[in-house]
Amino acid sequence: MTVSRSRQAHHSRPLPLRSRLAILAGNAAAGASRLLGKGSGGFIGGAIAARIAPNVLSDLAAGKQCVIVTGTNGKSTTTRMTRTALGAMLAPVAHAPAGMSPEDFLASQVEKVASNTRGDNLTSGVIAALMAFPKATSAALEVDEMHVLEVADAVEPAAFVLLNLSRDQLDRVGEIGTVEARLRQAINRHPQATVIANCDDPLIVSVALDAPKVVWVSTGNRWNADAVSFPRGGRVIPSPEGLGWHVVDEEGNVTLSRPTPQWSVVDVEEGTVASGTITGPFGVELHVDLKLPGAVNVGNAAQAIAAAVSLGVHPEDAAAAVSTVDEVSGRYAMTTVRGRELRTMLAKNPAGWHVALSMVDPQAKAVVIGVNAQVGDGLDPSWLWDVPFEVLNKEQRIIVCGERRWDAAVRLRYAGIDCQVADLPMDAVDLCEEGRVDMLLNYTSLHDFKKVLAAMGGSK
Amino acid sequence: MTESTLRIGVLLPEVLGTYGDSGNAVILRERARLRGMEAEIVNIGMDDAIATEVDVYTLGGGEDSAQAMAAEVLRRDKGLHTFVEAGRPVLAICASLQLLGHWYEDASGTRHTGAGLLDAVTVPQGQRSIGELRARPAVEALAQTLTGFENHGGGTFLGEGTQPLGVVEFGNGNSTVPCPADFVPRSTPEPVDGAVQGSIIATYMHGPVLARNPELADLLLARAVGVSLADLAPLEIHEVTQLRAQLLGESQ
Repeated sequence: MTVSRSRQAHHSRPLPLRSRLAILAGNAAAGASRLLGKGSGGFIGGAIAARIAPNVLSDLAAGKQCVIVTGTNGKSTTTRMTRTALGAMLAPVAHAPAGMSPEDFLASQVEKVASNTRGDNLTSGVIAALMAFPKATSAALEVDEMHVLEVADAVEPAAFVLLNLSRDQLDRVGEIGTVEARLRQAINRHPQATVIANCDDPLIVSVALDAPKVVWVSTGNRWNADAVSFPRGGRVIPSPEGLGWHVVDEEGNVTLSRPTPQWSVVDVEEGTVASGTITGPFGVELHVDLKLPGAVNVGNAAQAIAAAVSLGVHPEDAAAAVSTVDEVSGRYAMTTVRGRELRTMLAKNPAGWHVALSMVDPQAKAVVIGVNAQVGDGLDPSWLWDVPFEVLNKEQRIIVCGERRWDAAVRLRYAGIDCQVADLPMDAVDLCEEGRVDMLLNYTSLHDFKKVLAAMGGSK
Repeated sequence: MTESTLRIGVLLPEVLGTYGDSGNAVILRERARLRGMEAEIVNIGMDDAIATEVDVYTLGGGEDSAQAMAAEVLRRDKGLHTFVEAGRPVLAICASLQLLGHWYEDASGTRHTGAGLLDAVTVPQGQRSIGELRARPAVEALAQTLTGFENHGGGTFLGEGTQPLGVVEFGNGNSTVPCPADFVPRSTPEPVDGAVQGSIIATYMHGPVLARNPELADLLLARAVGVSLADLAPLEIHEVTQLRAQLLGESQ
C-alpha cells in the first residue's frame, strides 16, 4: 500500500500555472528575507505565495501523504521525530546501499520528507515547507492549534498527531475551550485521517472522540491542571494513582473513562538523555534510546512511532529512526561559549516549564532562566506563578534574565530561592563559571539567543 | 499547625486559578513568614465544604465553564457568605469579581446567578480587555499605585453598595461598554477598576496582583491577623521594588 501511494505521488499532475508562479514569487521573497536577516524566510515566502494563489497549499499538498502535528507542547520535537520516521518508510534500514551506514542512509532519506523544520507553524510556514520540498511524497507538518482547520482543509491529511492541550499565551491564543472546539471541528471535517491522540490528556480525548479512525497513545502525560471541566460537559476526576481519569456529570455518574490505549509508554529512564519502552498493538515492544532529555520526549516518540506505523512504517524502523533525533531548531543543542557548555531548552507555558525544570541537570554549574513578554511569548508573564520553581535545587546557582527578569526574580524570591539578575541570556552566561550550564528560555528569549550564538559562529 | 498559625484559604483552585492567581496565597504566606509568623495555605476544592476556620480567602480567575462550576458551588454552599458576614478578608480576582456579584452574563449571553456578595453585575463586552492596567487607589487604606494585567471579556458595573478599588490611569478596568438597562450603577465619572464592599477586595488585576502590589498584600495580611496595616513590621523586598520601578516606569 505504501509503495503504490508513493508511485501515485510521482505521477501527480503538474501544478496549475497560477500556483507555479506563486511559488516562484514566494521563493524569491524567502531568499530576500533570509538575505535581509529578517527571519528564517519560511513565513514571508509562504505568505506571498498564498496571496498570489489562494489554492497554493492544496495544490502543493496534492499527492503527498501529510501528517499534521499539533498541541500545546512538543510540536517541534514530535514533528522532527515523525519526519525521521517517515524517512524510514522511504528507506527501510535493510536497504542501505553497500558502503553507506544505515544511519547515513536514513539521514539522506529524511531529507526527502517535507517539513517546516524551523518551527514556522502558521499556514504560511506550511506553504513554505511544501514549496521547499517539491518532490516530496510525504510531509511532517507542525501546525499551530488555531491554524489546523485551515491547513487540514487544504492538505487533506493522512494523519493527525494530537499531543496535549494546556494554557498557553492566554492573551493571544484565547481560552483553552476555544482551542479545543476549533481542533475538534478540524478532526470532524476529516474522517479519512487517522488520529493519533494522547489518551492521558482529557482535552485531547474530547477533540478526538468522534474520529472514526483513532489510535490512542498513553504518553505518560500528567499535566491535567487545565482539564477540570470536560469540554463536552461534566468534570474530570483523575484516578488517585496512575494515569487513569474519568468524567462525572452533576449527579456524580461516570459518563466517560480514559480510552484504552493501543500504544503505551510503559517504562522511562531519565538522565542526561531519556530512554524507554513503548508497547504497541499485536504484542509489539520497542525500546527507544533517545538523544534528547525528558520523559516527555519518550511520550512524543511514542506518538511519532504510532503515526508512522499507521502509514505503513515497520515499528522497529520507526523506533530506530526517532532515536536518531538529536536537536530540534537549536533546542537541546549543546554549545560551548567561553568555556561554558550550554544546553538550551525551550519553555513557553506552565506545562512546558514543568517539563523543562524536570530536565535540569542537578550537576550543572548554573541554571539560567530567560523570560521575555513579546507577542510570541504572551504579553502577560503571570504564568510564572503556575510554574513550580520550588523544585529548583537551592544549592545551584540560578540567574534570571530577559525583559521580565524582575517578574521572575520576584517569583523566585517568594519561592525562597536566591538568584542573580542579568539583562540578556549572554550576560547571564558571562556570570557563570566554566562548565555545564542549563538554559531555560521562553520563546523569543531562545530565538534571540540563537541569533546571538549564530553571530558568534556557533560552537567555539 | 498551632492555633497561632495563619491559615490562607484558596477557594476552588481547580476552577479558579487560570492566570497564576494561586500565587497570591503564596505571597501572603511568605510575607507572613518573613515577619516571623507561622502561615500555611489551605486549598478548599470543589468537593470540600467551604470552611470558615481560615483567616483570609483568595479567589482567582477562570474560563466560562469553570466559572459556572464555581458559581454553582457558591450558590449551594454558604460558607463564604458566613465568612464575609464575620468581616473576614477576601481577595477576588477577575472571574471571581464577576461571580461574587448579583449576576453575570457569560460570553454566550447566558445569565448566571452570582453569590450576591458584591453589589455588582457583569455583561459581555464583545471585545476582551487585554493589557497592562494601572490604577490610583480609591480606598483610604491604600496609597501606592496599583498595577496588574487585565484579561477579561466581561464588563462589570458597581451599584451604590460597593465602591471601586482604584481609578484607572492606564488600561480599561471594569468596563468598556454601557451599563445594562436593568441595573442602576453608582455614578463613577472616571473609568475604575475592581470593587470593595465590606471585607471583600476584588480586582481585574492579574499578575498576580499581590506580587506587584505589596501594600495591598500587607493590607490583607493585617486584616487576616486582626491588626492595622501600620502595625505590621516593614518588609522591603529588593526584587519587588525593582519590578515596580520597571512596570510603573514603562506604562507611564
